[in-house]
Amino acid sequence: MNAPPPFNFAGRMLLVTVATVSFLALLLLLVPALAQDEGEALSKGIGPIESVELGPIDETLVAAGKETFELLCTACHKFEERYVGPPLHRVTERRSPEWIMNMILNPTQMAMEDPIAFDLLAEYMTPMADQSVTEEQARAILEYFRSIDAELPDETP
Amino acid sequence: MSKASWLRLIVAALVITLGVVVVQAQRTQVRVADDAAEHTHVAPGEHDDFYAFLSGGYSGQISVVGLPSGRTLRTIPVFSQWAENGYGYTEETKPLLMTSQGFLAWDDSHHSQLSQTDGVTDGRWVFINGNNTPRIARIDLSTFETKEIIEIPNTGGNHASPFTTENSEYLVSATRFSIPYPQQDIPIADYEGNFKGMISFIAVEPDTGEMSVDFQLLMPGFDYDVSHCGRGPSHGWCFFSSYNTEEAHTLLEVNASQRDKDFVAAVNWQRANECLADGAGESVAARYAHNMIDESSGIASHEMLEEVTLLTPEACSGVVYFLPTPKSPHGVDVDPSGEYIVPGGKLSATIAVHSFSRMLEAIENGAVSGDAYGVPILEFESVLAGEVERACLGPLHNEFDTKGNVYTSCFLTSEIIKWKLGTWEIVDRIPTFYSIGHLLVPGGDSAQPWDTYVVALNKITKDRYLPTGPELAHSAQLIDISGDRMQMLLDFPTQGEPHYGQALPAELVSENSLRIFPLAENTHPFAAKTEDETRVERDGSDVHVYMTAIRSHFAPDVIEGVKLGDTVYFHVTNLEQDWDIPHGFATYGMEGANALIMPGQTLTVKWTPQDVGVFPFYCTDFCSALHQEMQGYIRVSPADSDLALSWSVGE
Ligand SMILES: [Cu+2]
Repeated sequence: MNAPPPFNFAGRMLLVTVATVSFLALLLLLVPALAQDEGEALSKGIGPIESVELGPIDETLVAAGKETFELLCTACHKFEERYVGPPLHRVTERRSPEWIMNMILNPTQMAMEDPIAFDLLAEYMTPMADQSVTEEQARAILEYFRSIDAELPDETP
Repeated sequence: MSKASWLRLIVAALVITLGVVVVQAQRTQVRVADDAAEHTHVAPGEHDDFYAFLSGGYSGQISVVGLPSGRTLRTIPVFSQWAENGYGYTEETKPLLMTSQGFLAWDDSHHSQLSQTDGVTDGRWVFINGNNTPRIARIDLSTFETKEIIEIPNTGGNHASPFTTENSEYLVSATRFSIPYPQQDIPIADYEGNFKGMISFIAVEPDTGEMSVDFQLLMPGFDYDVSHCGRGPSHGWCFFSSYNTEEAHTLLEVNASQRDKDFVAAVNWQRANECLADGAGESVAARYAHNMIDESSGIASHEMLEEVTLLTPEACSGVVYFLPTPKSPHGVDVDPSGEYIVPGGKLSATIAVHSFSRMLEAIENGAVSGDAYGVPILEFESVLAGEVERACLGPLHNEFDTKGNVYTSCFLTSEIIKWKLGTWEIVDRIPTFYSIGHLLVPGGDSAQPWDTYVVALNKITKDRYLPTGPELAHSAQLIDISGDRMQMLLDFPTQGEPHYGQALPAELVSENSLRIFPLAENTHPFAAKTEDETRVERDGSDVHVYMTAIRSHFAPDVIEGVKLGDTVYFHVTNLEQDWDIPHGFATYGMEGANALIMPGQTLTVKWTPQDVGVFPFYCTDFCSALHQEMQGYIRVSPADSDLALSWSVGE
């Protein structure tokens, strides 16, 4: 005997929910630039750096940052292309200054607990090395990145 | 079967069963503390309270053990090559093992000795003797690496070594096997009077720890066995047990056990310094090696030294006295106060303790019973503090606590006895399994013991662990001494044969432990400190590869232009600056061992290719998820090839 299936209330509700959430998600996807423009803060990551004051680019700091970067970071990072780690061009646009410094200073905890760092580890498979950099050196590296990004042409939309 | 046969069988079965039961009972009947597991349990992630540095004996190394867990934390390679990390194989460390007899891949390390300040263990260095080809090594406790090895000339068997004075002004060394001085081709039967002992004082530079042979004292041809130096009132003196005062040269087992008493040699090194200042010393020819690692490059230097200052007892009155002591003493130990000198008269059941203050009086009063080759022998009674009667059989070594107790290891009766200085009464004894040699209490041979544990370092293991064929690990046992009675807590296997060991509170070392070598301070001439600096250079038939390693690639990882007949030096710099991220390096057919390169360090692997072809090299230490990808190729062309050198990574 073929009885019709009973009305599945839970199943219907699930469908409705999924549809609603998908719609909202689509909406969100369409307005990320808007969200960012309105100052929705970039993640600061996890680590010792809670806030960084940025001023005009300090050339002395840039020089110090370049020196440390070349000694401790170039074995894995290039600016324009993927190497062991991600390319660093426009990193100061993608990430907050605090996130960048925390990633340099505290990469092990970042990879475990920060969602962006976790995704980067999943993508690149090699963990970001903790190069025993001081806060002062990390700040200088950040300044070096800012100086590099400042020279880049505006990205055409 | 007859009735009698049945009876015999039953009796035999009963005897065997009983025997097994008795043996089992003996094995477990030791006084094991009820809460032993609680005392020795170090929870996952927690740390031990003490570091113990156990000598490796015939392994030539030191093993680092945590107490109370008994866990082995590390092996520190010292006198023997160590394939695990490339010690003694890399170009940087090979010079450490150079001697007057050339490159030596092995020695027999006996007594670890921690440096002291004001008589208290300070956690800066641990020293250890090489017994076979006489040497002393210094291990830096910030890196747990052997930094320096000095050879001791004119010495046969450096056993009574490297015991320290109370500020590590000096370490001592002495001849165990007397030899002709100067060395010469003479009949062995001419031993008596022609063979000599040598006691050496090795100065330690207080800031750097650098060692030098300050002077040597020429002694009668006895066997000098173990030593300890004075502290407090007896600072300025060192004491050496001796046996074979019979001067036998064969079957010493019988011939060197004839006399009722042998000697403890009391050497006044402050008096020796006065004599030397007065010009009583003589500069004599000697050949001995001095090898030391340069801190910033990590490269060991090797130099041969050509002379040494020799002092004779005749040229310096009052520099040495003999204290008669029950036959064939082994250890000689000084209590924390510096007053009591306790030999281990291994063939006597009585422990006769010498008094330092009475010794000074005896010297003052001329209480001399004779001389041996001009060295005054003090009267036995005049230097005696007291005797522990019927102590045990085969007393070997003593360690102390802060309450005036002495812990003596007894080899023949396999036990530790605890007795009191001053009253000489035995207050406790505990069996050990089996045949205990040395024993250790943290700080137990210094002015400040920590009354926590005594560790028995046993010679025989037998049934203590699961069997591993004919060769067994030596057995150590941890015993609680914090209460009135000793309580057995733990058995743990050890590496090689720990003769002596020393322990100290963990924080004295852990707080200064280095995590990385700062890359910026690396001055190795072949270091490539960035990938930009990596290159390959030819110098005649030597090819130098300036290589870097970081998770997870080598640069360069493609090398061509090497020819058969070349010798290739891979100078690998680990660019990591994170704790515990070493990389390893090995290449096909290499003769030596892999090099384990610590963060910021440069190590060199030498390779002489034997065939034309393309050969892989790879990282031997699992360093990341992409560790298996950490590899490279080197191409070897025929000797007459004109292929130019080239190198690259990622191209
Ligand atoms: Cu690796």
